Amino acid sequence: MTAVSFRSLVPAVLLAAVLPAAAQQGQTVKVAWLDPLSGLMAPVGQNMLKSFQFTAEQFNKSNPAGVKFELIPIDNKLSVAESINALKSAVDQGARYVVQGNGSGVALALSDAVAKHNERNPGKELVYINYAAVDPDLTNQKCSYWHFRVDADTSMKMEALTSFMKDKPDVRKVYLINQNYAHGQQVAKLAKETLKRKRPDVAIVGDDLHPLAQVRDFAPYVAKIKASGADTVITGNWGSDLTLLVKAAQEASLDAKFYTYYGNVTGTPTALGAAAAGRVYMVAYSHSNMGGETGKLAAEFKSRYNEDWYVNGTYTTFSMLSTAMARAKSTDPVKVAAAMQGLKFKGFDGEVEMRRSDHQLQQGLYIAVWQKADAKFPYSVENTGYTFAPVKAYEPWVASTPTTCQMKAPT
Amino acid sequence: MDQLVINVLNGLSAGLLLFLLSSGLTLIFSMMGVLNFAHASFYMLGAYIAHTLAGIVGFWAALVAAPLLVGALGAAFERFALRRVHRFGHVPELLITFGLSYVILELVQLAWGRSPVPFAAPEVLRQAAFTLVQSSGGMSVVAGTAPADVCSAAGAACSTFPATRAFMAVVAVGMLVALWLVLTRTRIGLVIQAALGHPEMVESLGHNVPRVFMLVFGGGCALAGLAGVIGGITFVTEPAMAAIVGSIVFVVVVVGGMGSLAGAFVASLLIGLLQTLPLTVDVSLAMLANGWGGEIGPDTFGWPLLRITLAQAAPILPYLLLVAVLAFRPQGLLGKREG
Repeated sequence: MTAVSFRSLVPAVLLAAVLPAAAQQGQTVKVAWLDPLSGLMAPVGQNMLKSFQFTAEQFNKSNPAGVKFELIPIDNKLSVAESINALKSAVDQGARYVVQGNGSGVALALSDAVAKHNERNPGKELVYINYAAVDPDLTNQKCSYWHFRVDADTSMKMEALTSFMKDKPDVRKVYLINQNYAHGQQVAKLAKETLKRKRPDVAIVGDDLHPLAQVRDFAPYVAKIKASGADTVITGNWGSDLTLLVKAAQEASLDAKFYTYYGNVTGTPTALGAAAAGRVYMVAYSHSNMGGETGKLAAEFKSRYNEDWYVNGTYTTFSMLSTAMARAKSTDPVKVAAAMQGLKFKGFDGEVEMRRSDHQLQQGLYIAVWQKADAKFPYSVENTGYTFAPVKAYEPWVASTPTTCQMKAPT
Repeated sequence: MDQLVINVLNGLSAGLLLFLLSSGLTLIFSMMGVLNFAHASFYMLGAYIAHTLAGIVGFWAALVAAPLLVGALGAAFERFALRRVHRFGHVPELLITFGLSYVILELVQLAWGRSPVPFAAPEVLRQAAFTLVQSSGGMSVVAGTAPADVCSAAGAACSTFPATRAFMAVVAVGMLVALWLVLTRTRIGLVIQAALGHPEMVESLGHNVPRVFMLVFGGGCALAGLAGVIGGITFVTEPAMAAIVGSIVFVVVVVGGMGSLAGAFVASLLIGLLQTLPLTVDVSLAMLANGWGGEIGPDTFGWPLLRITLAQAAPILPYLLLVAVLAFRPQGLLGKREG
């Protein structure tokens, strides 16, 4: 979709929003949410569910399509088998839209299951919005027409992260520690490739993979990092795997800088505390102090749940769905999926585009550092008095990576 | 060098916590012939009860009260459930403890929720127990956190050892000594030892053997509860914590020898170290063979196995040890063959 044709469509979209006669007006759209609500990653899942419920409520007040979103949350226990069952149960409950984000292993299985379901059940198609699973495979070799990703994938985040590290002379010895599954392996692989390209002088002094969401005791890993003499740690860890890693690092007084993907995820900021100030960086599509409407929503979220709204992808999800529904004048997933291809719409941080070739959202990325909240960056993350303050913003094109996806549209 | 010391200490403290857990299990087994499948559940219960009590009476009181409470629960279970099925033989006994582990898991999830609870160590345990300072002049130990100027000196490197882990080791060693004294130096200890081998004879001498059984079961559960309190503050207090230690505790008991307290001690330390030290070795069979002049590459038969480093294989090593012990020394390291 080119910008020109989009502009010509704007009036149509607006018209659809204003005209009460549009077919989708007032319809209820059931959205199944499949993510963990039990186990070590439960706090993360619970925050995400709240984020979705909160954002759905905001969009139900007003959205371009005039539809009502209704969430069907199902605990998938972070397991592939449970997720497939959950998907069936969601379909039985009338959901035609599925959102999921925790765990690329689950995402790959879900993307596959949705494609198979659609092949076997014409007229009852599903659309899968992936709001956080960032394995590049999902929009490359294993891309699917029915899968749309609103988070930036590992390769995009690594582009931004290494662009930032390139100008940091104190990065000399890098240690990679990651979860042993799709996402973690990709982080390790891409870190090695991109650093070699951008900073050939940097030595990779360690590369560890540990089981996902099972390690309680990171002390041996931290001792290993320490022994390697690393000054920088790159990790794609999230949830308890990052919280416990940081906790163990502080207990062993490990003096290295951490470059993370998920420093802001529930539980981790509290573990970071004062000791990590200035030593933990994070790459993401947002930071703690976005300001504007996003800032207002984050403040309202905090006053209601006393938690942080960091999964801003929930906004992107509902904005994309409702804009596409208005344009398709329908809530039928087949028409909405077609409308979402190449769609340019309002994200939480300006206009974004759902790339047609691989269904990967193109959006800006930020590098933020953990520091004491001040007048300029006042948002206190998890009420710690500390915040992720942006140190660098990257335009969408900087982090954009090419795709090998050969999308097969349904016939 | 300093990291090796820290690693060994990490392994030893993890092993000592395992011992705290497995000592109760092996004691119960040697006395009653029952493999208590719910043992790890009492460990979890200890952590959760202490978490709740700590909010009311403070951590140190909870550290004492929670294990006692767990012990009382264990004794009550023995008195009102286990004793009733005792006459039906070992299999029903096994099944009832197996069922209990599920009941406890569900009850814990109902009472405290499915997600981890924030159970943090008290302030005094959150600091460093001691700091290893590695400098050009060799290695020295400083109590608490070393002053910044010592660590920032040229060529110096500091490694701290967290107080929670030191506390874990101290409590476990203290319990080991106490247990040994009770079993060998007190009257009740003598009765317990006698009841182990010849319960009928002890009973005919006028001792209440069922009550001794109840006491041992409760005591074993209290030890598990104590381990739970310490495990809870050091690691994570969550519903899966029982399942995580459950399997490894059985490995300890089998490797050490069923019913052997000394065996459990040796096996605990062995497995504690086995879970820690191999994580630091990034050497695979392929690298080893190539170092000796072999030529193993991605095309060699069995490459996916040969390239696995010891660090990656570390989580399965305790179970390999279990299989090896069962195959070559079924009575365990220090166990005696039955009969």
